[in-house]
Amino acid sequence: MAEVSLKVNGKVENHEVGENTLLVDFIRETVGLTGTHVGCDTSQCGACVVHVDGVSVKACTMLAMQAEGSEVTTIEGIGSSEKLHPMQEAFHENHGLQCGFCTPGMVMSAIELVSKNKSPSEAEIRDGLEGNICRCTGYHNIVKSVQAGAEKMGG
Amino acid sequence: MYSTKIVKAENSSAAVQAIGSSKEGKILAGGMTLIPTLKQRLANPDCLIDISGCGLEGVEDKGSSVRIGAMTKHAAVAESSLVAKAIPALADLAGGIGDRQVRNRGTLGGSVANNDPAACYPSAVMALDGTVHTNKRDISADDFFKGMFETALEEDEVIEAVSFKKPEKACYMKFPNPASRYAMVGVFVAKFSDGVRVAVTGAGEEGVFRHSDLESALSSNFSEEAVSGVEVSSDGLMSDIHASADYRANLIGEMTKRAVSS
Repeated sequence: MAEVSLKVNGKVENHEVGENTLLVDFIRETVGLTGTHVGCDTSQCGACVVHVDGVSVKACTMLAMQAEGSEVTTIEGIGSSEKLHPMQEAFHENHGLQCGFCTPGMVMSAIELVSKNKSPSEAEIRDGLEGNICRCTGYHNIVKSVQAGAEKMGG
Repeated sequence: MYSTKIVKAENSSAAVQAIGSSKEGKILAGGMTLIPTLKQRLANPDCLIDISGCGLEGVEDKGSSVRIGAMTKHAAVAESSLVAKAIPALADLAGGIGDRQVRNRGTLGGSVANNDPAACYPSAVMALDGTVHTNKRDISADDFFKGMFETALEEDEVIEAVSFKKPEKACYMKFPNPASRYAMVGVFVAKFSDGVRVAVTGAGEEGVFRHSDLESALSSNFSEEAVSGVEVSSDGLMSDIHASADYRANLIGEMTKRAVSS
């Protein structure tokens, strides 16, 4: 066991966990934020994407101890039910989800994408979401949502 | 994942010491291959030595070469204006590895030390006449890669940086596997004043290799026609569910042509 201290959505989380604890398990099981999903066991699907110090990472492919001292932002940290993040609003308005399981990861990846490229083309969005799989294959509306989200974010 | 211990090393000599005092310790760089391997319980190291705090990140212009720290992320190489100016092909290669999240965590040193037969970076190290700098010595690319997942690294050795010679012209062309995005065949062509180096990844049964016939053809005539004149043999190439050795041989010629004409 080891003590891990990091910030999740601005709040300090200091817990004793197994040294082999994945960041995603720390977020879901220890902190109790279940918006970050686990959709595969092979680091491919991207449902677990969160931001660590502003950079998108797959939380299933990072140990909690590697995030020691970092600021982690999850889907719960970007908006609220009353006040959605512009990217969440765009997914809502453009029917950017079917079952919704991949959505947290899609939104987190999309926000980083737009932070680096204010008005991405369709090709750039598809390339930027390479690490996120939608099992419903609803990519068309996801791409539309990200384009609309980019505009809302001031692109 | 089996239980394990994590040691955070402050410098590469502390990392080497930690390996020495473990039974089967493993260096943890970006973890983009190691962590999925651990999750599948395909490895059971008693100790992981995290080298992210060893100060091994950064890109430096060394005149005739570019030196990149072992822990430099693929995204940082892809976005480095220094690399884009000195060796644009290297920035392109880094920007085409995996997906955005893999590039945000995956490192040059990790990729080179792992020597996956389908990884992109080993081809750049070979074609750009690279040097692998460890805590003990400098190893030239031609001596470093020893076969599939095998390198010249010894137990008590950690990669600190890799230097790449600046070419007159270079290009990396990858035919990615549509599912994994690893190279089914990737060809790195680098033209220097004294000749052309061609390194092939994704295809060889022994991992990355230099293609001497393509090198000599292109050294005397740097053109697509010169590539057409070389018969690429399928001897020693991989055959698997993704592609036969013959298909890969054909792709080597095709990717080389595209690299030369780009």
